[in-house]
Amino acid sequence: MPDGSLDRLKREGRIVVVGASLAGLRAAETLRDKGFEGTLTMIGDEPYEPYDRPPLSKQVLLGKATAEHTALPRRREIDAEWRLGVPASGLDMAARRVKLADGDEVPYDRLMIATGVRARPWPNEAEAELDGVFVLRTRDDGAGLARRLDAGPKRVLVIGAGFTGSEIASACRERGLEVTVAERGDAPLVGALGGVIGAVAAEMHRENGVDLRTGVMVTRLEGGATGRVRAAHFSDGTTLECDVVVVSLGAQRNTEWLAGSGLGAGPRGIACDAGCRAFDVRGIVTDDVFVAGDVARSPHPLFGYQFLSLEHWGNAVAQAETAAHNMLSESSDRRPHIWVPAFWSSQFGVNIKSVGVPSMGTEIMITQGSRAERRFTGVYGYQGRVIGAVTFDNCRWLQFYEQQIEATAPFPPPFPTVDRRADGQRPIPADFPDPSVPTHGPTITLSGYSPADRRMTFTPAGH
Amino acid sequence: MAEGILKQILDYSNRANPYPLYEELRKTPVFHDGTGPYVISTYHDIQSLLHDPRLSSDAHNLTATAGDPLADDEGGGGGEEAALPPSFLKLDPPEHDRLRRMTNRPFGPPHSPHRIDGMRGDLHGIVSGLIDNLGDPGRIDLVDQFAYPFPVTMICRLLGVPREDEPRFHSWADTIAAGLDPDPDADPAERLRVTHDARMELGMYLAGLIEERRKNPQDDMLSELAAGHGQDDTMSTMELLSTSALLLIAGHETTVNLITNGMLTLLRHPDVLADLRENPELAVPLVEELLRYEPPVQLLPQRTPLVDIEVRGVTIPKGSSMWLVLASGNRDPDRFENPDRFDPYRKDIQHLGLGSGIHSCFGAPLARLEAQLALSELARRLENPRLIEDPPPYRQNAVLRGPRHLEITCDGIRP
Ligand SMILES: Cc1cc2nc3c(=O)[nH]c(=O)nc-3n(C[C@H](O)[C@H](O)[C@H](O)COP(=O)(O)OP(=O)(O)OC[C@H]3O[C@@H](n4cnc5c(N)ncnc54)[C@H](O)[C@@H]3O)c2cc1C
Repeated sequence: MPDGSLDRLKREGRIVVVGASLAGLRAAETLRDKGFEGTLTMIGDEPYEPYDRPPLSKQVLLGKATAEHTALPRRREIDAEWRLGVPASGLDMAARRVKLADGDEVPYDRLMIATGVRARPWPNEAEAELDGVFVLRTRDDGAGLARRLDAGPKRVLVIGAGFTGSEIASACRERGLEVTVAERGDAPLVGALGGVIGAVAAEMHRENGVDLRTGVMVTRLEGGATGRVRAAHFSDGTTLECDVVVVSLGAQRNTEWLAGSGLGAGPRGIACDAGCRAFDVRGIVTDDVFVAGDVARSPHPLFGYQFLSLEHWGNAVAQAETAAHNMLSESSDRRPHIWVPAFWSSQFGVNIKSVGVPSMGTEIMITQGSRAERRFTGVYGYQGRVIGAVTFDNCRWLQFYEQQIEATAPFPPPFPTVDRRADGQRPIPADFPDPSVPTHGPTITLSGYSPADRRMTFTPAGH
Repeated sequence: MAEGILKQILDYSNRANPYPLYEELRKTPVFHDGTGPYVISTYHDIQSLLHDPRLSSDAHNLTATAGDPLADDEGGGGGEEAALPPSFLKLDPPEHDRLRRMTNRPFGPPHSPHRIDGMRGDLHGIVSGLIDNLGDPGRIDLVDQFAYPFPVTMICRLLGVPREDEPRFHSWADTIAAGLDPDPDADPAERLRVTHDARMELGMYLAGLIEERRKNPQDDMLSELAAGHGQDDTMSTMELLSTSALLLIAGHETTVNLITNGMLTLLRHPDVLADLRENPELAVPLVEELLRYEPPVQLLPQRTPLVDIEVRGVTIPKGSSMWLVLASGNRDPDRFENPDRFDPYRKDIQHLGLGSGIHSCFGAPLARLEAQLALSELARRLENPRLIEDPPPYRQNAVLRGPRHLEITCDGIRP
């Protein structure tokens, strides 16, 4: 826009951010950092200023921090108009207006969508309403669950052994509470890291006194006379008495409010290009609507231009920064968001980190350390190249494997490394479950191919 | 590329300001003069090599040390029996991880999260006492009177080593540290012998203390290390000796330079010194910038590849000696804006001063706190301090670089 309109945008434009959490806040800060002086409106359906979610399943459940004290540190003043506690309910792309649930409308020159995901609820609504049944996504969820754990329940049931479910189970054990984990797959974390690593995770659960049940589904939650949950029924015919249930079945993308807007938004998220610009339903890239964070789905050149949806903290930050940068840049100065996915978790006293896309891997090789000691590096291979890596208490080496992924280095790694053990001489099948058998939601979703690929279809909500 | 640049870096006459030489060195990011070590000098290369699992810190994997002026053989392939087994500084995982983990148990989180912070009062008391006793403000040697005794007193207290014994272990520590220094005039065999003797004597001295602690445990690290925690998690006596020797020496020979380099830098930047006097919290970013600008450990001479590796198109053969010049990486303009400017207000100070990766400085939390307290107290209490001699005389050592003396004068000492 050599006509000076970019300067005008920077000076007196209107930018609206929908979703006032991690990605929204970091985008706003970046906009101000890059010299945006116009009006900035932050729309968030939660009544709170941006807060951090990872502590909710860790420090908060352990009683080491309260859910109220997880506010995100501010990098700088953002001087925004805050519209908190009101969801955005619609988008008029032609008129460039965001509709709010309270009837208001907010005009924009550039829109940033960072509405994230929400916890997938227990499918049976009446059972989900039972007192004592929780999900864990928001500050209120965290505060409520922590309070209930404080009260000393007799047994907690966690449904779903993904990262969040495993962290919840770990926190319960650390508090000395009895906990059962029910997982439909064969092991915890199996959807994200495969069966080889899942087996290590299963051992961690059991050694720490978790009653881990795999290959089963919870079929029904049963309430007592007072409307409190009292038992759960399993697909293997057994029944478990429990007074707290945490449903940890993955997430759903917050895109329903965009139904009918003409934006390429659906249950898998909002498709955007590598520069964070959203596609419309026709697959044509927009110029004024940007997306970042858990709700975004963007193509990645390192992973065959697959569209990746990542539920990763670091991705939300990096993508928000890129989106904000591109929002204020001439097309030639725009940057792609080609962040190598990276994720961490901590459970049962073990620090777990991953880079790349392990779930694309077909084989794994333990290149350093040993599974038995729970201190190791596993490298994932896909079609003869390194595609991902995971470390258990061994994260200082991770940067190297990240570079291997970036360099599309060959798999199995042809060189020796320090701390190579006997069982790490050869790759083995990574053992991911058949994707048609659902576990809890994965933390990485792959879908479709490049925009040039005919197989890609956008499915707007409600169709 | 100037031949002999390594010689120049090691040459004492360049000790006060090696930075122009590093700049020269960075023009050949993987420098090799045909016989000596492969020298890596840019930030990103060093950073990634520090995380490269194909590099070993174990001298047993070195095959070609010919021509490397820093090659020593603590526990290495040298013919002589080593006095103590190598410390975890010179081991690879899993041994490294096991020893470092056990050493960390009485030192830091998760088992001892408050150890360092709990020493704040102690640290403050020692700093105040030393400043109270500086004597004639007209002529102060900041090294002898402050920067050396402070960390030494502290490491003694932390480990449980009697402060009165300092004159004894001081000379051993000095000898061992000097072993790192390539003195071109010294006879290598003789130097090796002297270093080994010092390690042996230090080991015997520590063995006595540890024996005593086994009988009479106190609230100090030696007692806790000696006690161990269960079968798998106990150090052998020899491991215990080399670990405590490492802690004692590292606690001696590095923080002293950090504090001295820090004061020297502040005296050369009076505006920053004045700012620190008003805002003691500036000490936190200031120490980080110091670790970038004048790191006490200038280079890591102890790495070798387990297989031929390629760095910037240069093949470094398996078993070669490699130097990672941290101090050069810290001044790399590809990484830091205006790298030669001392700027404690910098937002981006991800320096290499404490290393990175699994061998990153074990004592960092203590060293940081010591330097922060020392510098902010000196800034607060010394009235109008000035350098008497600039540059000051340096210690011989090119690796553990810092002034031997720092003579200053000031108008008085505030209470
Ligand atoms: C318990 C828990 C533990 C986690 N642990 C880790 C971890 O260890 N490591 C890691 O890498 N990641 C972790 N994550 C994931 C990480 O928190 C997310 O990746 C990150 O929060 C994504 O940020 P976001 O801003 O994209 O989305 P969100 O944080 O989901 O924010 C979206 C916001 O938009 C709001 N919103 C939605 N719809 C509307 C609407 N129509 N109008 C207005 N506002 C709306 C939402 O209420 C929400 O406040 C964890 C997440 C949870 C829940």
